[in-house]
Amino acid sequence: MTSSLLSVRDLTVHHGQLCAVRDFSLDVAEGEVVAIIGANGAGKSTLLRTMAGLHSQTSGSIALGGKDLGKLRPDQRLAEGLALVPEGRRLFPSLTVEENLRVGTHRARSGPFDIEKVYETFPWMLERRRQPAALLSGGEQQAVAVGRALVANPRVLLFDELSLGLSPIAAKTIYSILPKLVDGGMTIVIVEQDLGLALQAASRVQCLLEGRVVLEGEASGLDRVAIEAAYFGVGTRAGTSL
Amino acid sequence: MSWVNAIVQGILIGGFYALFACGLSLLFGVMGVINLAHGDLAVIAGYVAVVLVPSTHLSMVWSFVVVVPIFAVGGYILQRTLLQKALDQGAFTTLLVTFGLSVITENALLENFTSNGQSINIGNLIADSWNPNSTVSIAFINVVVLGVAVVVILGLHLFLTRTPTGRLIRAVADDKEAAQLSGANFRHLFGIATAIAMATVALAGIASGMQTEFFPTSGTANLLFAFEAVVIGGIGSLRGTLLGAILLGVAQEIGAQINPSYQILAGHLLFLAILALRPQGLLGVREAI
Amino acid sequence: MSVQAAPAPFSLEGVRVKRSARPTAWLLVPGAALLAVLAAMPSLVSTANTDLLVNVFILLTVSAMWNLLAGYAGMISIGQQAFIGLGAYSVLVIAMGHVSPFAAIPLAMLVCGALAIPISYVVFRLRGGYFAIATWVVAETARLIISSIQSLGGGTGKKVQGLSGLSPKAFTYDTYWAALVVAVLAVGGSYLVLRSRLGLQLSAMRDNEIGARSAGVRVDRARRIVFVVAALGCAGAGALLAVSQLQVQPTSVFSVQWSAEMIFACLIGGLGTLEGPLVGTVIFFVLQQNLSSHGAWYLIIFGSAAVVIAIWLPRGLWGSVVQRTRLEVLPVGYHIRGAKQAARGKASG
Repeated sequence: MTSSLLSVRDLTVHHGQLCAVRDFSLDVAEGEVVAIIGANGAGKSTLLRTMAGLHSQTSGSIALGGKDLGKLRPDQRLAEGLALVPEGRRLFPSLTVEENLRVGTHRARSGPFDIEKVYETFPWMLERRRQPAALLSGGEQQAVAVGRALVANPRVLLFDELSLGLSPIAAKTIYSILPKLVDGGMTIVIVEQDLGLALQAASRVQCLLEGRVVLEGEASGLDRVAIEAAYFGVGTRAGTSL
Repeated sequence: MSWVNAIVQGILIGGFYALFACGLSLLFGVMGVINLAHGDLAVIAGYVAVVLVPSTHLSMVWSFVVVVPIFAVGGYILQRTLLQKALDQGAFTTLLVTFGLSVITENALLENFTSNGQSINIGNLIADSWNPNSTVSIAFINVVVLGVAVVVILGLHLFLTRTPTGRLIRAVADDKEAAQLSGANFRHLFGIATAIAMATVALAGIASGMQTEFFPTSGTANLLFAFEAVVIGGIGSLRGTLLGAILLGVAQEIGAQINPSYQILAGHLLFLAILALRPQGLLGVREAI
Repeated sequence: MSVQAAPAPFSLEGVRVKRSARPTAWLLVPGAALLAVLAAMPSLVSTANTDLLVNVFILLTVSAMWNLLAGYAGMISIGQQAFIGLGAYSVLVIAMGHVSPFAAIPLAMLVCGALAIPISYVVFRLRGGYFAIATWVVAETARLIISSIQSLGGGTGKKVQGLSGLSPKAFTYDTYWAALVVAVLAVGGSYLVLRSRLGLQLSAMRDNEIGARSAGVRVDRARRIVFVVAALGCAGAGALLAVSQLQVQPTSVFSVQWSAEMIFACLIGGLGTLEGPLVGTVIFFVLQQNLSSHGAWYLIIFGSAAVVIAIWLPRGLWGSVVQRTRLEVLPVGYHIRGAKQAARGKASG
């Protein structure tokens, strides 16, 4: 196994008494795209949020480039090179597009991405840069959110439900930039409910159900039927337990 | 009876209220905190000036040079220690904690300094005034304070909109978590916002202490006036706060013209009227939640 | 009883929903005995102690009201002294009409309850901290308006008419019993409110307002009712003040110190439990009696205790006890009995 850039080991996360993620492990090599799929409530968002530092784990470890991130705050993890584009975009509504991007540069590492590069990647953004972010459409906001994370030049990008609330065309558009990012050396983990988009974008897939990994493998090698069964927990004990 | 003079004095008093109010407005806008000890902190600034400044050989006019930095640093520390802990528990707890602080402060001051009034002695400057005609008298100190208030509010506005730190503070105020994910250390930024607010509180307390006597219990009135100014002008708008402060001052002075004991009552009535008729305030941009 | 196909994980047979856990039943007898003792107090103790108890009952009343407002309806008010003052002045005004001040007490409560309705429409425009300060402004406005009315004594206050004809003993007894009745009504009233449908609505609102609204809870109406009830209680306390002090003085009845005391009693005792204000009031008086010679220090200590408790012991003293045991003298929640048996029954059946 090549040394992985992002290494998650036996991660267990609780929300109060509820166990949201159970013994999750994942190794992501540099330049890989891994998709984590699963139904609502499966624990995918909790997983990403914990990786980003917004939530603390009960046990297990998260390491980036060999360095343990456990005690670091989210802004410190960003400085190490781990960025999360959160679910629902979460732009700053009272700031303009450009101000949103500038916030992202606050603890930026050095790298190919700066605000100009983001405008190159999304040409329409240049003209709209002085508009309040709240006035943009869903797809446009998603692009700004991605740009905001990119300008920090992370090594690993986490995307939480990138296509949520977007029209199919907007979702496709935003996903079309992923290959460009990978070409540029980015390592990506996506959490996605849309199976089609997930399987297209990723080389590897893990399926979560009630916090546990119930299926994993190469995206190309996975059988649709098997995925759906794992997704909904049909035929497994998990679907009927209390 | 001079209505013109009443209006002029009201506008000038508005300067003081604006200085008191902008810190309250900032803290609420950034952290959602209503600091019930706000007024008392201004009173403490007055006492600190009276106690510390004489030993520095500075003229009392320059007492803010000593007190404002102390308050800024103190504000940062207070936020990072006590207030953040209260905030972590919720807005409810924060209110109760700041109320507790208010009670502690007033009574501690009472124990230490007795209920006698104090003032910051600026000598003859207090009497300097310009009298354009026989009924209107414009005190030098009041004009200066109004000028300072305008500069402070303008400065705050520019700081928030034009500087990187100000931008980060606005981002944190919008969405704390998203700001963290973008690299902002929100606790540190809250500390900075509190430091700024406390600096303005110190200015307000000193300005007020120069103009009139203050007592350990003066904090209550300060808090109510600051709060009324913010609500009248509109929560969420710094310019609204300035406008609200001036209107409050004018209302009070007009009330005083009718009957001296109606002065503060007039302000309360204006506040209640705005609440009843136009709850978002005159320039309000946000709901009063 | 066997279960097949899609297993029902939990059977509801044999499960009952009760209002109280077992320990509560055992407390009813001592509770009734305590009430009887309290009623007999004036004949058992000196006048000084009766006066002290009157003050205890007054604080208990306002604390129970504040607990309703803050602990259950989520409204922090620092202006309840408005109703304390208005209650006191209502007694003053009614007594000037040659009505017995004791009879004036319930009348004063009703008047202030009615006043609370339009006031609520104004202050409810704000929430949270802004609501809190607005209530304070209302109290200050009331104080200033009343202080300007000379026929009510202006800024210096006025004696309550109709009390000078009573013998000292009758006055002591009547005042004490009036205070006991008001306090029992206050605590008992909150208990009834919380056990009613309104109480359930309040719990729902406390947990999740939007969820409660979508379940059909009329949030504003629920809050208004609590606000009015709290006004009634505080007016009763103010009315008692007027009678027990024999006079009404604006700076004393409208003082924000009342808010400080009721908040501290509730915080220290435990917000959101009915017993909390009881515990807090008792602690308050014990401390006050011991520290009164030290001037403003007792308030500094209370303020510090409130700060510490708010952050580190948010459930107060009684609340922490409730967490560990299931002790509720005045139960307002729900308990499920028989659930364990039902589960066991299913497994073996």
